Amino acid sequence: MKGVVRLAALLVPVVLLALPAHAVTIEEVKTAQGITAWLVEDHSVPVVSMDVAFRGGAALDPQDKAGIANFTADLLDEGAGDLDSTAYQSKVEDLSASLTFDVSQDMFAAHMRTLSANATSVFDLLRLSFTAPRFDDAPVARVRAHIIDGLASAEKQPNAIAARLWWKNGFADHPYARSVRGTKESVAGISTDDMRAMMHDRFGKDQMVIGVVGDITPAKLKDMLDSTFGTLPDHAAAGATVETQERAPGEVKVVAMPIPQSVVIFGENGIKRNDPDWYTALVVMNILSSGGLTSRVALEVREQRGLAYSVSASLNPLQHAGVIIGQVGSQNARVAQAIDVIRDVWKRMHDDGPTAKELTDSKTYLTGSFPLSLDSTGQIAATLVSIQFDHLGIDYLNRRAALIDKVTLADAKRVAKRLLDPAMLSFVVVGSPENLQGAQRVIPGG
Amino acid sequence: MTLQFLRRLSLPFFSLSLVLAAALPSRAELFEAHDFTLPNGLQVVVIPNHRAPIVTQMVWYKTGAADEPTGKSGIAHFLEHLMFRGTKTVTPGAFSRIVAQNGGRDNAFTTHDYTAYFQNVAADRLDMVMKLESDRMANLVISDKVVEPEREVIIEERRMRIGNSPAALFDEQLETSLFLHHPYRIPTIGWENEMHRLTTQDALDFYHRWYAPNNAVLVISGDVTTEQVKTLATKYYGPIPRRAVPQRQRVEEPAKVASARLTMKNPRVTQINWSRQYLAPSYRVGDTKYAYALQVLAEVLGGSAASPLYKGLVIDRTLATSAGASYDPNMFDLATFGFSATLKNGVSVDDFEAALDGIVKQALEGGITAEQVDRAKQRMMSNAVYARDSVAGPARIVGMALALGRSLNDIQSWPDKIGAVTLNDVRAAAQSILHDDTAITGILMPGPTS
Repeated sequence: MKGVVRLAALLVPVVLLALPAHAVTIEEVKTAQGITAWLVEDHSVPVVSMDVAFRGGAALDPQDKAGIANFTADLLDEGAGDLDSTAYQSKVEDLSASLTFDVSQDMFAAHMRTLSANATSVFDLLRLSFTAPRFDDAPVARVRAHIIDGLASAEKQPNAIAARLWWKNGFADHPYARSVRGTKESVAGISTDDMRAMMHDRFGKDQMVIGVVGDITPAKLKDMLDSTFGTLPDHAAAGATVETQERAPGEVKVVAMPIPQSVVIFGENGIKRNDPDWYTALVVMNILSSGGLTSRVALEVREQRGLAYSVSASLNPLQHAGVIIGQVGSQNARVAQAIDVIRDVWKRMHDDGPTAKELTDSKTYLTGSFPLSLDSTGQIAATLVSIQFDHLGIDYLNRRAALIDKVTLADAKRVAKRLLDPAMLSFVVVGSPENLQGAQRVIPGG
Repeated sequence: MTLQFLRRLSLPFFSLSLVLAAALPSRAELFEAHDFTLPNGLQVVVIPNHRAPIVTQMVWYKTGAADEPTGKSGIAHFLEHLMFRGTKTVTPGAFSRIVAQNGGRDNAFTTHDYTAYFQNVAADRLDMVMKLESDRMANLVISDKVVEPEREVIIEERRMRIGNSPAALFDEQLETSLFLHHPYRIPTIGWENEMHRLTTQDALDFYHRWYAPNNAVLVISGDVTTEQVKTLATKYYGPIPRRAVPQRQRVEEPAKVASARLTMKNPRVTQINWSRQYLAPSYRVGDTKYAYALQVLAEVLGGSAASPLYKGLVIDRTLATSAGASYDPNMFDLATFGFSATLKNGVSVDDFEAALDGIVKQALEGGITAEQVDRAKQRMMSNAVYARDSVAGPARIVGMALALGRSLNDIQSWPDKIGAVTLNDVRAAAQSILHDDTAITGILMPGPTS
């Protein structure tokens, strides 16, 4: 159609759309007490956002105390210093601030957002959380019950069951096999002494990564960081998580549940963030399955066949293993077909790699869309933390586009072969799937 | 509660869960916004923000699921999906591909009252997305070949969001009791039996009836000037002819004279989920003078750690694991005010309700203090500054308000209006809507399906 040509003309020439370097200027701030932070100073809005991450998350939890990091994170805004739970939370609210704490397998994180006028008071609340959490009986009991209720509820949720089983199948005895939240039994057995010891062992300055964005000067930030975190130990005592690799068995497992749509979690081995092929893999996966509705998987499963509303798979780089994990939901009568289509799309990418046009389009998307995620102070702070966490360097934002742009078609074909193996794809299906060949029925344990 | 149905999953913008704290109000006093109207009736708003060279384009159509013909439930949302399936000059599926090839992201969503489409792109790609978006305002071309698989997609979306979720299935049933007659009783995504029968012609009929420049709002937020937007909007949207669009006139909700209690048991439910809803004024319909006071009421009762619902039911009496109040006046017709809670295991519904009734009774009989009201107002007004901390956020706030027939002035004056709410206003607002003899109570509990 001639109109298509007309619109396509808008695309030429393909240019890199990364932000010009001046848009986000990162400054490294080093304090007297030896704390390092990255700061993007921006006085256009009277707001400060800060993300603080400690290396090491739920994967560091001992087996019998699984969930301790998450449990502790849930308690850090439940009272500290002289403030009980209600007083602490009321103070955060009255300052129009937000202070939250969360945990992933590899990271313990705090997220702060405040009006710059209230920054000193909010930093002080954060100091109290890290240095003088109260762990009063009532909030401990309440939060413990809440986590256990959540774990019980997850045992009835198809997505949670499928994901839990998928990780368990792949990682066996490694901590990555467990839920970040632990188990009902392990959470029941965690004491506040355990939590205090965990905080002392893990929260060392040497494990800290900090990103700050907004209406604050370097001098003020230095003062705030020293007064907030200055008393933390210089070095953390906690041990490290061991390296592992998902051993994708290439099976299809089914958990029976009477629901209209089968929920599927699938995936195989991936690569870690520091792998030399990372950027090539990012491009290949964008074309295959992580690029939203324009990915090959979405085109084949959703657009052409109407087999699902949501289907995608992407790289999930953990610190000690790399995986590819994806999800699809399809009515019970057609889920077997959806799985076949995914395997087939996987195989074609493995065999032939992407086309030159797909490669170009994907590179343009990945370089052009990245700055869109730098939309707010909170999002930029999170980006600063993840760049430091992955040791990518303070000039990474300026280099990222070139790293993606230099991926060649030959690279992409080689990495597609290295990365993608339809025989290794493992699927967990929760639902009442029909005609699913070679599926193994399982009853999930806790 | 407004459920939003997205063309694509995974956007963090809108939560489908009940908002336990006070519903997010429009916060806008602080961003600069300019508006003008093209000769064809298209209303245009520009929100300059030069922090980064990015822009958001949104087009909001003043129509949604509540405007569907009887028996065609889901057609507004189905059309939203089909808007990506081709025009006279763009092949099916090419829309999102072109946006992606230009480093952009796009999506769309549908509610009872409006349907919105957006793209986030680098500022130098604004021309391109305005060309694309204006094209599908008038030139949609769809055939059975693309409509058939897309119908399967929306039915899968329903299975995922509703069919697989006992809580969502129950919410649908509750809405039918809350609204006796008004189309808000019909789910935005549609009843499944009707969705199976939606046709290409149904979608085109809805498109031709409602999609016109004079029934839409264009919002451009980000690194642009009003002059630039005027030039581009005139070039791309200007030539689209104005068309006759019907008045958005939904049936009027009759007086409610009875209360109702709905219960549902499901083996996948592990804790009792309790809710109570009341019809309430929106900004536009009903006792609109209470629209601001009710936002403060929700914030006072459930919006904070020290609020009577959270502190009373979760912390002090440990009857629930979560509890809150919700109210959102951003509806074209009547809104709802609600309480909801998750009961602690072992707590009976009777004991919980007695405690909640006590709290509400106290609020109605003068238990709310001036200090509680002042703290709530202060929190709400201070939080408004965060609305400036993004490019896409203000576009959504402004677009929604204008799509509901409100003005930029209404948005800009929100903090003043909240600031002017008095203790007496909050009491009067509570007394005007919290009538248990017409409330709808929902109890979703563990147990075998009957």
